[in-house]
Amino acid sequence: MARIVLSGTLAPYTDGVLELQLDVANVRQLFQALGERYPELRDHLEAGIAVAIDNEIYQDALLQPIGRDSEVILISKIAGG
Amino acid sequence: MSRNHVSTTVNGDQVEFLCETEQTLLEALRDELRLTGTKEGCGTGDCGACSVMVDGRLVCSCLMLAVEAKGKSIETIEGMAEGEALHPLQRKFIEHAALQCGICTPGILIAARALLDRNPDPSEAEVRLWLAGNLCRCTGYHKIVDAVLDAAREMRGG
Amino acid sequence: MAAMLKYEKKDLKIVGTRPPRPDGVDKVTGRARFGADYNLPGQLIGKVLRSPHAHARIKSIDASAALTLAGVKAVVTRDDFAEMPDEMAAVGELMINFRDVTRNMMAREKVLYDGHPLAAVAAVSESVARAALALIEVEYEILPHVIDVVEAMRPGAPLLNENQYTAGVKPKPDHPSNVAKRLEFGCGDVAAGFKQADVIIAREFNTKPVHQGYIEPQACLASYSADGQAELWTSTQGHFVFRAQCAKVLQMDVSKIRVTPTEIGGGFGGKNNIYNEALAIALSRKSNHPVKMVMTREEVFRGTGPTPGANVKVKIGCTKDGKITAAEAELNFQAGAFPGSPVNQASMCAFTRYDLANVRVVGNDVVVNRPKVAAYRAPGAPIAVFGVESVIDEMAKKLGIDPIEFRLKNAAKEGTQTYYGPKLGSIGYIQTLEAARAHPHYSAPLGPNQGRGVATGFWFNIGNETTCSLNLQEDGTLTLNLGTVDVAGGSRAAMAMMVAEELGIEFERVRPFVGDTSTLGFNFLTAGSRSTFASGMACVIAARQVIEILRQRVAKIREVPLEAVAWKDGRAQPVDASVAQFAPMSLPEIARMAGKTGGTVAGHAEINAQGAGPGFGTHIVDVEVDRQTGSVKILRYTVVQDVGKAIHPAYVEGQLQGGAVQGIGWALNEEYVYGDDGVLQNPGFLDYRIPVASDLPRIDTVIVEVPNPNHPYGVRGCGEVPIISPMAAIANAIENAIGVRLLQQPFSPPRVLKAITDAAAATR
Repeated sequence: MARIVLSGTLAPYTDGVLELQLDVANVRQLFQALGERYPELRDHLEAGIAVAIDNEIYQDALLQPIGRDSEVILISKIAGG
Repeated sequence: MSRNHVSTTVNGDQVEFLCETEQTLLEALRDELRLTGTKEGCGTGDCGACSVMVDGRLVCSCLMLAVEAKGKSIETIEGMAEGEALHPLQRKFIEHAALQCGICTPGILIAARALLDRNPDPSEAEVRLWLAGNLCRCTGYHKIVDAVLDAAREMRGG
Repeated sequence: MAAMLKYEKKDLKIVGTRPPRPDGVDKVTGRARFGADYNLPGQLIGKVLRSPHAHARIKSIDASAALTLAGVKAVVTRDDFAEMPDEMAAVGELMINFRDVTRNMMAREKVLYDGHPLAAVAAVSESVARAALALIEVEYEILPHVIDVVEAMRPGAPLLNENQYTAGVKPKPDHPSNVAKRLEFGCGDVAAGFKQADVIIAREFNTKPVHQGYIEPQACLASYSADGQAELWTSTQGHFVFRAQCAKVLQMDVSKIRVTPTEIGGGFGGKNNIYNEALAIALSRKSNHPVKMVMTREEVFRGTGPTPGANVKVKIGCTKDGKITAAEAELNFQAGAFPGSPVNQASMCAFTRYDLANVRVVGNDVVVNRPKVAAYRAPGAPIAVFGVESVIDEMAKKLGIDPIEFRLKNAAKEGTQTYYGPKLGSIGYIQTLEAARAHPHYSAPLGPNQGRGVATGFWFNIGNETTCSLNLQEDGTLTLNLGTVDVAGGSRAAMAMMVAEELGIEFERVRPFVGDTSTLGFNFLTAGSRSTFASGMACVIAARQVIEILRQRVAKIREVPLEAVAWKDGRAQPVDASVAQFAPMSLPEIARMAGKTGGTVAGHAEINAQGAGPGFGTHIVDVEVDRQTGSVKILRYTVVQDVGKAIHPAYVEGQLQGGAVQGIGWALNEEYVYGDDGVLQNPGFLDYRIPVASDLPRIDTVIVEVPNPNHPYGVRGCGEVPIISPMAAIANAIENAIGVRLLQQPFSPPRVLKAITDAAAATR
């Protein structure tokens, strides 16, 4: 099961839960699973979350695979100027 | 509202246009004569993007009324090259990467040429002071100054 | 779907050299066409009516008198635009609340800032359009306004949106607030960390909004056809994003709008959003004429987004040996009239240069009666870093440690865990610190009232959706259609250089251009220091695809196995005489036969580029302070930055110099000045003072190249990092020059003078 770590900014939407284990094969499944578990989180996942899978950052990469032993960290998306 | 008829010379060509009394020379050049090389950055004479020569004098065309152009000789960026032969300043700007977005470039080239016409061997400080009326937001001016000094060197025969 | 390409070190012939840029001649002759340089027959001029009040309810808008004026062909108000729901909508990649987009474009219930658009007209000339605006009658109910971020956060402050409750707070508050969002995150235990500290320094900083200051005001030309299609020429950093936003607010199919990006006279993030574009299309639709809309400089200041002003609190604890034990920051950012300041990004940049165990950052996104903020080169980071790098410097000085040495002691490196989650990959921060320390600037002598300051910066850099296509023309030259707008220059040259390098041909044989939205799939904006990285990746993928097709074609033409064909030095050649022998074929030779041997040879890429490499920079600045006038002069400036790989070094230098000078202006002079009435007092370049040539010395640059492992040429992108450090570097230099620390930006003469006087009074 992949280890999922959430950025502190998401704590208000998960009742303070910042770490969990999920059996998901890619980013899309991850967002779906998190959205089902924490409905308030759903809007924020789409709105502005990037993921770091084993320390490689991915933005808008719903099909990016997540391995069984991966660590996935959810962080704010970055834009620029 | 009837418009004013203006006859003038631009880049050596005799031209005519119609304009409203309150239109500026910048607007007449761009909108009536379709010479869009001269740019509007501010409309209040603060940025220098509209720099042109009027009877040999460096002028912000946004601060001059179009009707004042009657009988004058105007030089814009479009007249700086001679056919395919670029002016040394134009060549040096490309060589030194002295432009990025390019919006300030026509105004700066006109101003720089006016400087070198009156002072063929300016110091760096003199170049910077002369160009203080031309705003550039992209380059930090460093490569612009290098290009002007290098063009001056070439024009002196160095 | 193409896979991302990894870095390969190899001998380079073109990448890393300095060929002349393809758009150079057009730009030095005035031939290049920017937004306001486009015209169509029969076009009308469009102008916008803007609120003179900082905050008011709109009771009524009556444009009937304007419509009767001869020469006025159309008027639009809020009634001409659909209501948008209050929800985030996906537009390309950005999630945007279109309820705010449409209101910023044209006010509906309220005007929320001096300059807020209310109505627009299209008329036969500018003077008629202006006269028409004067005939539009608006009834306002003026409301109390608030423009200061700390004031706006207080309970009882005038509310911009009575339906806004602070997000990110549990339980949900029962009173509405100007704080749109609160965020908090970090790592470790800051309370414990501060207990371990021998020295703790806490400071509060205040900054004003500053404008990106692009010399070209927004300009667009729209032409709507009776069959429901629209063409739009506009000065933009992202023609696909503009198309998406226009389509949404106008409720049109995306493919019915064709957006051509003109040359852009500066953007820096300020041209990431639509302002007049949808208004011009709507006016064109109503009047059945093309409509041209060009902002005046005053409109640019009153109506387009600056960067936020902010209130920033920073607290750092350190052992006496110079190890940081805890770091805390509170960032209160002005969002302007609608939520969406870059406070979250700023929160993530504040401390990332350091390897820290205990960090806590709190951020607040606060609406105020000012224009909605827009991105500005590394959005949010310069503000946060002004605070953090100032405190770092004070800490180093207090402990008697050299400022670069102090930073090296705590520096982030490959494998360092960031306080927002992931570990950093291969980065070049330490290399920039060491290069700065070794630079002659760092040890040059200083005179009286002169001081030296150092500060560092970090930006994530991004990749995102990018497409391109590369076509081999029948004479062997190639056209490269780029989806990323070339904002300043040089990116189209850099892309052509990478393609030429891949193909082993001369740079001049690849002609790059930026096509309109109908020629390619979606491309994200040119922002986030992404284009050389992401567009470069796409171009390399397309070039390698072309090479594959060329090999296959030659194998068929020469009747040899595919494995026998190598692509080398711009030609198809035998891999080895023993495998198969055949006469090599050059690009022109293959191109001439392409049509008759299967069709034109082309490559293309549609990617979402991942693996952007973060950039780090170290700046050194020398200043001289005039104690009589408070004037600060920049004597010397050096920018050291890790760019991964400089494809065209002159353009990289240009980015470093330009960004640093914007930072210098931000530090010394630039600010929005408002009166008590909430009206902007300095909407012009005379009183909004950006740096001029005589303000500045040469800006020396040192390019460090620690390759990004996720790009074939190691590119990191470089455009944003240089603007981050100057404010702090200059504040640190001033402190070293005269012993006074500036906590309020800008460090303009009156402020410096006051700081000097206050400090003198305090010591009496």
